[in-house]
Amino acid sequence: MSVTADGMHVPAAHGHDHGHDDGSKTLLGFWIYLMSDCLIFSALFATFAVLANATAGGPSGKELFELPYVLGETALLLVSSFTFGLAMLNMHAGRRQRVMAWLVATFALGAGFIGMEVHEFAHLIHEGAGPDRSAFLSAYFTLVGTHGLHVTAGLLWLLVMMDQVRRRGLNDDTRRRLSCLSLFWHFLDIVWICVFTFVYLRGAI
Amino acid sequence: MFGKLTLSAIPFDQPIIMGTLLMVMLGGAALLGFVTYQRKWAYLWSEWFTTVDHKKIGVMYIIMALVMLLRGFADAIMMRTQQAMASADAAGYLPPHHFDQVFTAHGDIMIFFMAMPFITGLMNLVVPLQIGARDVAYPFLNSLSFWLTAGGVVLIMASLFIGDFAATGWLAYPPLSELKYSPTVGVDYYIWSLQLSGLGTTLSGINFIVTILKMRAPGMTLMKMPVFTWTALVTNILIVAAFPVLTVALALLGADRYLGMHFFTNDAGGNAMMYVNLIWIWGHPEVYILILPCFGAYSEIIATFSGKPLFGYKSMVYATAAIGVLSFLVWLHHFFTMGSGASVNAFFGIMTMIISVPTGVKLFNWLFTMYRGRVRFTVPVLWTIGFMVTFVIGGVTGVLMAVPGADFVLHNSLFLIAHFHNTIIGGVVFGCLAAMNYWFPKAFGFKLAERWGKASFWCWLVGFYVAFMPLYILGLKGMTRRMNHYANPDWQPYLIVALIGAVIILFGIFFTVLQLYVSVRDRVTLRDPSGDPWGGRTLEWSTSSPAPFYNFAVLPQVRQLDQFWTDKQDGVAYMRPNRYEDIHMPRNTGVGVFMGLFGVVLGFALVWHIWWMAALGLAGMVGSFLVRVYDRDIDYWVPAAEVERIERARLAPLQKVGLVTVAVPADDEQKAA
Amino acid sequence: MAASSHVSHDHGHDDAHGSLKSYVVGFGLSILLTLASFGTVMSGVVPHHLMMPGIVLFAVAQLLVQLVFFLHMGTSPGKRGNLTIMLFTMLILAIVVVGSLWVLHNMNANMMHPTFPQVPTE
Repeated sequence: MSVTADGMHVPAAHGHDHGHDDGSKTLLGFWIYLMSDCLIFSALFATFAVLANATAGGPSGKELFELPYVLGETALLLVSSFTFGLAMLNMHAGRRQRVMAWLVATFALGAGFIGMEVHEFAHLIHEGAGPDRSAFLSAYFTLVGTHGLHVTAGLLWLLVMMDQVRRRGLNDDTRRRLSCLSLFWHFLDIVWICVFTFVYLRGAI
Repeated sequence: MFGKLTLSAIPFDQPIIMGTLLMVMLGGAALLGFVTYQRKWAYLWSEWFTTVDHKKIGVMYIIMALVMLLRGFADAIMMRTQQAMASADAAGYLPPHHFDQVFTAHGDIMIFFMAMPFITGLMNLVVPLQIGARDVAYPFLNSLSFWLTAGGVVLIMASLFIGDFAATGWLAYPPLSELKYSPTVGVDYYIWSLQLSGLGTTLSGINFIVTILKMRAPGMTLMKMPVFTWTALVTNILIVAAFPVLTVALALLGADRYLGMHFFTNDAGGNAMMYVNLIWIWGHPEVYILILPCFGAYSEIIATFSGKPLFGYKSMVYATAAIGVLSFLVWLHHFFTMGSGASVNAFFGIMTMIISVPTGVKLFNWLFTMYRGRVRFTVPVLWTIGFMVTFVIGGVTGVLMAVPGADFVLHNSLFLIAHFHNTIIGGVVFGCLAAMNYWFPKAFGFKLAERWGKASFWCWLVGFYVAFMPLYILGLKGMTRRMNHYANPDWQPYLIVALIGAVIILFGIFFTVLQLYVSVRDRVTLRDPSGDPWGGRTLEWSTSSPAPFYNFAVLPQVRQLDQFWTDKQDGVAYMRPNRYEDIHMPRNTGVGVFMGLFGVVLGFALVWHIWWMAALGLAGMVGSFLVRVYDRDIDYWVPAAEVERIERARLAPLQKVGLVTVAVPADDEQKAA
Repeated sequence: MAASSHVSHDHGHDDAHGSLKSYVVGFGLSILLTLASFGTVMSGVVPHHLMMPGIVLFAVAQLLVQLVFFLHMGTSPGKRGNLTIMLFTMLILAIVVVGSLWVLHNMNANMMHPTFPQVPTE
């Protein structure tokens, strides 16, 4: 078979062929996946909005949410979005070492965000404000937790990509996958804007 | 160690279930033994299970759908028998808890594991061929989608013998489906089998959108796409937009059951109506997800067998798109009676009436296509005409119930049951069987036997009316759905008639199976040497039957709608190029099979609260996927010489009858490209 | 949707993945808008009835900023397909969220579900 060691197809004569590694196809498909994920979040936000006042005599958002802490989480995620952007710029410039460095920075920031979120959840549960306390808290934990699970999946994906960039360098495959991951990561930051606005800030008003 | 799972989970005390288990085990053993005896395991594994060929995946989807049709129908005839018996003092033969599981399983299996795999299979088989592509956009993902759906099938079938299935009705409304009122594993089986197959469906939705948007043959603009591909595009957009909401609804129900949350519980502020709201935001688009590809199939069939272009192609496309958007604006008509005010009910009632308009447009298009055509009354056409009559009745009774006031009388009555079977059997089942008869030669290279196909059609048609017309009357008389027993003996005669109808349908199914058997037996006489057995209009008929694994040796050039028809008129449909080129193809992979298997392990473990096993299943799924991510040997090139050999063999018989035209000179070809 | 047909091979152009400047500008604007959002609620200078409109406004603004500067959404021919898909998603999203709230609120108002008569905040 005419495939070289780095996975590139040699025969230039096949340029017109509908190849299976066309990056634009993958990026379109990934974009559509993100949109479907966006609708998952929309259903969760709708549920949260419907149940936001169903505290069943338990604590409300105003009593529970510590906005400075949330601002800290927001800062971590926002900076991580920026560092991923820098990783992508270096990827397009073909600077592998810098890509790795910025990916590591992104990973650290994302892990910090998850750490803060886990700490926040543990604190709430310890105070008796766990997800089984009221419908409001069920909706809160599920919505914020689903975002957190997405970030965790993104962290795993980052690990895999760092490994692939280290082993294989910046080839068509790793570039395409990093492009998808960057879309995913920015998308999660966008969802977080809605989370801090409609869950935390609105709850604290 | 094994969570809630003990030996007592197997219902040894239920003779019906144990008898079924015995039959399944004997049948399964016979099948496995036969495959082993024939030494076909290696063949099945390398040619089918691990395939990434969209045609083979399509065939596997359809075989799975037909098997599940048998299971779902067995449930149906059990219910009809019970209701024909259990009048007044008679209790019938099914205990209530079992009866409840039967009607739940019937609905879930028919929608999720019969109708969905059938239309997904049809789209797999047909769409890439119709747009002149060599495969779908993501062949591995396609295989994964199939195996995840198959995993869902395995879970729902396992619930028959290990533990029980949900006894809640097919959408598992809370609070009944909450842990407090459904403490057994039935609802958990429901949740995980649907989540698993739902994931597969969403992935295949993304796959087909990208395939249709990005991989059409050169020159095929959107408005030159065959109608079936158009309906497939809209259906897949609906899948990607609607299934996430189902995922959320089921996940939240799962959170209530597994983590003690309070989304839909009666206490602690839960709101069961939010579940009903979410599930129907998915549920109404879902019925259009099922029917639109069938509309597309009818359109292709009616145009082909009338020997005319489809009447009103553009209006057909716009009607399909309009239905796609409107289907998101009618969901509340499924729960008019649950307490919304007049403004809400009026809005959704009016939207429901509006959505019937584009469907009406389509019906007129089909009628005008037949008008003054030379209609050949083949099996697919019989199904199509049967659909047109039956579906209109179903549509009219639907519009009747779109009036909220009328719905208050008819809600959850047998009138509703008759209505939606009228549309789903008359629309989706007829459509799938029509499409199966129409595209079968493309998949296997020989036609299905007409005689038994016609017998099957007439049994289904007559059986449908005998089975469901009495239900309209019973609904108006006040009989509600899902009754294990009723006190009013006046209803019994109608239910006996309905049972007779179900038996007639049974013959219809039997004749379909017989048709398949007879056709395989007589495959030599039924062979389709041309690749174009019906005088088709679209690109899938331009390649051989069965299509070669690369579909098209040379990608077709499209300048207009029904390009193949025009090419045949111009005598250039079968052209031998003066030079073949290497073809790039994806390599088979077993990763999809393993991910499906681990998915079953994960689902089963979650159902029975076996946490270590759930972790194993999840790790297995992620691990298998990582294996794929690190695999670089995922594609290969078919040498031009190999393509030429296959194409020569195909064109030889066509050349004898003088169909093959001279090759285009090389410089002309380059100009065209 | 027609625009999305056969616009492949659009990767590799510089405008498809932004520049350092666009990331810096987007990052700066995001920081400002985030601080504005939190400030609206935490500072105590904004009148209570203006808080909700304020944070919604800042959130929408930041969504647009990140879509343009981080995700590089735009109306150039190569990106129109993605934009169309996103706009359709926004339509469905609006139907799901607004529809659910309308339906459930109306139902609660008519059926006096326990969540409705409660005072929203203590």
